[in-house]
Order: sequence, then C-alpha cells, then structure tokens
Amino acid sequence: MTATLVETTYREALRAAIRQAMLQDERVFLMGEDVGDYGGCFAVSLGLLEEFGPERIRDTPLSESAFVGAGIGAAIGGMRPIVEIMTVNFSLLALDQIMNNAASLLHMSGGQFNVPLVIRMTTGAGRQLAAQHSHSLEGWYAHIPGLRILAPATLEDARGMLPTALRDPDPVLIFEHGSLYNMKGSLPDDAGAVDIDRAAVRREGADVTLITYGGTLGKTLEAAELLAADGISAEVIDLRTLRPLDDATFIGSVRRTHRAVVVDEGWRSGSLSAEISARIMEQALYDLEAPVARVCSAEVPMPYPKHLEDAALPQAATIAEAARRSMRPAAG
Amino acid sequence: MSKRTATVTAPPMPEAAHGLDLLRTMLLIRRFEETCAELYSAARIRGFVHLYVGEEAVATGVMSALGPDDAVLSTYREHGHALARGLPVDALMAEMFGKETGCSRGRGGSMHLFDKSRRFVGGNAVVAAGLPLAIGLALADKLQGRDRATVCFFGEGAAAEGEFHESLNLAALWRLPVLFCCENNLYAMGTAIAKEHAQPDIALRAESYGLAAWPVDGMDVLAVERAAQRAVEAIRGGAGPHLLELRTYRFRAHSMYDPDRYREKAEIERWKERDPIDALVASMRAAGQLDDAGLEALRDEVAGLVAAAVDAADQAPFEPVENLTRFITSEAGPEGGQR
Ligand SMILES: Cc1ncc(C[n+]2csc(CCOP(=O)(O)OP(=O)(O)O)c2C)c(N)n1
Ligand SMILES: [Mg+2]
Repeated sequence: MTATLVETTYREALRAAIRQAMLQDERVFLMGEDVGDYGGCFAVSLGLLEEFGPERIRDTPLSESAFVGAGIGAAIGGMRPIVEIMTVNFSLLALDQIMNNAASLLHMSGGQFNVPLVIRMTTGAGRQLAAQHSHSLEGWYAHIPGLRILAPATLEDARGMLPTALRDPDPVLIFEHGSLYNMKGSLPDDAGAVDIDRAAVRREGADVTLITYGGTLGKTLEAAELLAADGISAEVIDLRTLRPLDDATFIGSVRRTHRAVVVDEGWRSGSLSAEISARIMEQALYDLEAPVARVCSAEVPMPYPKHLEDAALPQAATIAEAARRSMRPAAG
Repeated sequence: MSKRTATVTAPPMPEAAHGLDLLRTMLLIRRFEETCAELYSAARIRGFVHLYVGEEAVATGVMSALGPDDAVLSTYREHGHALARGLPVDALMAEMFGKETGCSRGRGGSMHLFDKSRRFVGGNAVVAAGLPLAIGLALADKLQGRDRATVCFFGEGAAAEGEFHESLNLAALWRLPVLFCCENNLYAMGTAIAKEHAQPDIALRAESYGLAAWPVDGMDVLAVERAAQRAVEAIRGGAGPHLLELRTYRFRAHSMYDPDRYREKAEIERWKERDPIDALVASMRAAGQLDDAGLEALRDEVAGLVAAAVDAADQAPFEPVENLTRFITSEAGPEGGQR
C-alpha cells in the first residue's frame, strides 16, 4: 500500500503524534495546565479529552514544579507521561525538578532509577508578547547532562519526534517554537517515528554552512534564497537535537564549505551558538576560511513593539548579511 | 471545624518479639550514626552528613507500618529511613565511603541513598523536592490500579517551600494514596519554627488543603507506628492522602559542619530526657519484656553489624575512574531496541 499525502499543520501533526501514542500504549498520558477542557493553550490537545477522558488527558493546577515532579515520579512508577508546560518561560518554576531530579536521578542512584519522561513546551518570541513570554531557553536546557533536547522545525519532526522520545528510557524535552503551530504542509498518512539523534541538511550548498534549529529554520532557508540570488550557495543544517549535538553533520558540512554562520534565537553570551562555534573551532579550525559568525537575539529583555522585537530577533536579511560578510576576503 | 484527632493515647504494648524488632532498628540507627560521626571526625567520610539521632522513633514506627511494595521518598537526613526500610547496613556504610558496593554505587553519599528493590526512591537534598515525586509515584499506582502507598518524609522547614503547598493540593485534588510524614524537629538548620512559620501547626495547614492530618508524638515509637498504620490503612481503603506531623527533636547539630549556636544546651538536655530508645526500653522493662542481658545482647548485635560494615566498606573497591560518565543515560537503550 502506498501512502497518500494529507494536508496538515504543525499543531495537527503534534496532536496526531500524541493521539497515536495514547492509542498504542496504555502507560502514556498527557498532563499539564489547560490540556483538557481548554484544549491546550496552543490547541495542540484539542479534542483529546473527549476521546481519552480526564484520567489520561489530565488538567493540572498552576503548579509547574509539582506537576513536572509528578511526571518524574509517574515515570519512575512505570508510566510514560507526556508533561506539557505552557511555555518555556514558566518552566523556570520547574527548573529544579528538571535539573536536580529528572536529569540527575539515574546517575545519583548509581543507575537504578531512570526517568522515561517527555516534557513538551512552547518556546520563542515573535508574537509581541514582551519580556516575560518570549524567551528561548532551550540552550540552557541543552547545558544539562542527562537530558535529551529536541527542537522539531518541520511537520515530519512534529509528527515523528514524540514517538521516538517516548521510547527513550531517559528524560526528553521537546521545544515547539510558537511561530510554527500554524505552519501548513503535507505529510504521508502513514507518517510516524523519526530518529532523534541526527541533524539534517535542509538545503544543500557549497559556499557557506548556515546552522540553526527550530523557529529560525524558516528564516534561515529564506536567507539561503536571498544568498542564491547573489550567487552564493548556502547549505542549511537543522540541528533537530540540541543535546546531544550531532557534531559530525555540521562539522562535515563546514569542512566542505569552509564557512559557518550559527543562527540562534537565544542570547549570544554563554549560549548554544557559542557551543557550536567552539566545537567548530575545536574540530575544524584549519578548514575555515573565515571566522565563525553568529546571528543571535539582541541581549535585551524582549520589548513589546513590533519594530523593536523585529530588530531584536534574527531575520533572513541579517542572516544573509552575516553570510555575505563571511564570504569576503579578510572577513570580519 | 477541625476533625483533628488527639495523639493516640497509650497504645498497648505489642508482643515482646515485635518490641524487640523496633528496639533493634532504633539501636542500629543510633549505632550507625554514632559510628558515622566518628568516621567523619577521622576524615574517612566526607561531604554533608546529617544525623538523625533523637528522631529514630519516626522512621522506625512509620516503616513498620509499610509493606514491601510501598514506595518511600526521603531527604538528606535519611540514614534512619534507609536502615528502617531494610537497606543492608553494608551497602549503606559503603555508600558513606563512596565505594562501588554502596547502595548508589558510591555516587550519592550520605544524602542520596537509593534502593530500587526496596522501592526506596532516595534521598533528595533539595528541601521539599521529593514531594512532587511522591505525587507522581502515587498517581502511577492509581492509574494502574495498584493497591500501594507512597510515603514521603520531609522536615517542618520544607513546609515553607512552594512544593509543599503545590503537592498537598494535588494529592488532595486527585485523592492520591500518599502519606506525607512531616518530621517537625523544631529547627530548619538554625532557624527555629517560630521564625519560619506564621502558623506553626503543620497538621492544621494540611487539613486546610483537604488532607486527613494529625500531630503525633514522634518520640514514642509505638504511637508513631499506630498512627502510621491507621493512616496507611485508610489510604489503602481509598480515603485519600494523609499527613502526620511527627513532633520530634534532633539531639545533634544540623550537619557535621554546624556549630549548633542557635539553641540552648538546656533545651537539648530536656529533650534527651525523652530519648525514644530509653522510652521504649523503659516500657519494655516495665512490661517484663526486656532485662539488662537482653538489652546488652541487642547492643552487641547492632555494634557487630556496624563494625562489620565498616570493615567491609574499607576493603571494598572504588568505582574505576573509567566509569565516571556511566549512568548519565540508560545503558539499556530505547525500549523495543535500537532507534
Ligand atoms: C531548596 C533548598 N534550600 C536550602 C537548602 C539548605 N538546607 C538544607 S537542610 C535545610 C533545613 C531544612 O529543615 P527541615 O525541612 O526542617 O528539615 P531538617 O533538616 O530539620 O530535618 C536547609 C535550609 C536546601 N538543601 N534546599
Ligand atoms: Mg526541621
């Protein structure tokens, strides 16, 4: 039987993944603020309460630390919980549970207590939500040993990362960029699990490697179009998994193009972009023809007005400009 | 109106054999910890070490009310909980020494004792961080229709943390089979309860969240055992979460680092008159269940166990440095094979 393509959205792909996991495995349940009656604050779980009931589509009170910790406890107790945190901004209230329990228990217990937990949350800026609702902190989480960090940027990954994450014996955090939920496209009707180990080449090119993930993949692909119009062939790497990083894919690309631009919606200082840049330095310095460039968010708490928010975030034009600079002799 | 029940009054003496079991456990905890203190002074144990001396009746009484399938969550002050739960003395002492034969392969030390086979989900050294885990373990039991209880220990200081309030609310909201055991020893490090809580009656606060809760004399092992049995029975019967406020006192400093400047020597001496071990010994003697020779034999028995554990820990190997990064992720790999 050959698969037919169906129109879908990022949001629907996530929902289909949750639904299928719930149907296939009794141990899976979804828990978080407003996942039930409200349908999820980004409508990802809309309709699932009606299908699976309140035990398995479990609304929680506003208690991030307790329900994330409860997810950890339930995972240890033999369940396969999916915990939804409304957004990364509020995950800070559960940071202790994520870091000191989920990520540490296996090691601290000498290998006895693994935590098969999946935590999903929205990340990112771009919707004029100002300083407290616009963080991109996935890079912070990627700092923590014991966690696997995923950033689905495509419909395939929105559909396919969750089932693979649920089979992982250890905690996995999935970051869904808020600008992606309405992204439209088509998926085969039998689309399913994808790998969660490898970065992907989203566009092949020969002159410069643009490395990004999640919400900035679209802007980076646009930048590659702009560059193509100037005769510059850009390769675009989607990291997909932010921890553990798949060095081989982006280092391999940089060895071929000799130039790299890292695009990250997080702040620059002490960031994931800094880590990637350092790894290129460590593993491919002598292949470089220009310093590694970075396009990150301006180091301000996100301002509300659109023109200031736009100026604070990486944009296709600024990404393309950074790539052009790295193409010039004596770049910098 | 509070439905609070007064401390269970004068429980009848149990069978001699059971009384001896409780006494042996308390003596073992005391001996283990006194030995830890000596080893610490001799720099053979390092890190943070928090002693439970004076509080032995709490762990001993509560654990005695549990079955092997129940889960236990503990804190950094957990030697007593671990020993009363039946973790082998050798594995615990080896953990103090950081040896591979320790109950957490030496990776945890005094504050992080774990034993999966006994559902001892370990020592949490972040104050109140174990409460949310208890919610999850109990939720898993509820969702899977298993008739088990989850017991979570913490101090009265933890009742000032957000996790205490979030977790009690969730437990009551979802009617989870959890027994919260608040060990009220009147101090959080050097901060006296009157300086930490506007309402120091922890059981009363638990009741306001919809839990059944009452205070218990934590220096009386029989009272603790009775209260825990009653609570666990009710929890198994579907009565929802309970909280026991176990009123106790630590005879020694908060940790081996603490110079103990914040309380009067006279206060400590007054509490020592209520030593839970002396109290049980006195009741057993009065009931004709124990004599000098019997007590001496028990003391020798636990001293022998602890001494043997120290020797074994001393001889045991350290984990090879090559294993440093083991257990960051599970070695078994993904469920259902390779991805
Ligand atoms: C969140 C957090 N804050 C501070 C500490 C440092 N600390 C360790 S134990 C403790 C006192 C806790 O008192 P209590 O809950 O009453 O337990 P007790 O030590 O008396 O058994 C403090 C402040 C910590 N470990 N975790
Ligand atoms: Mg205390």
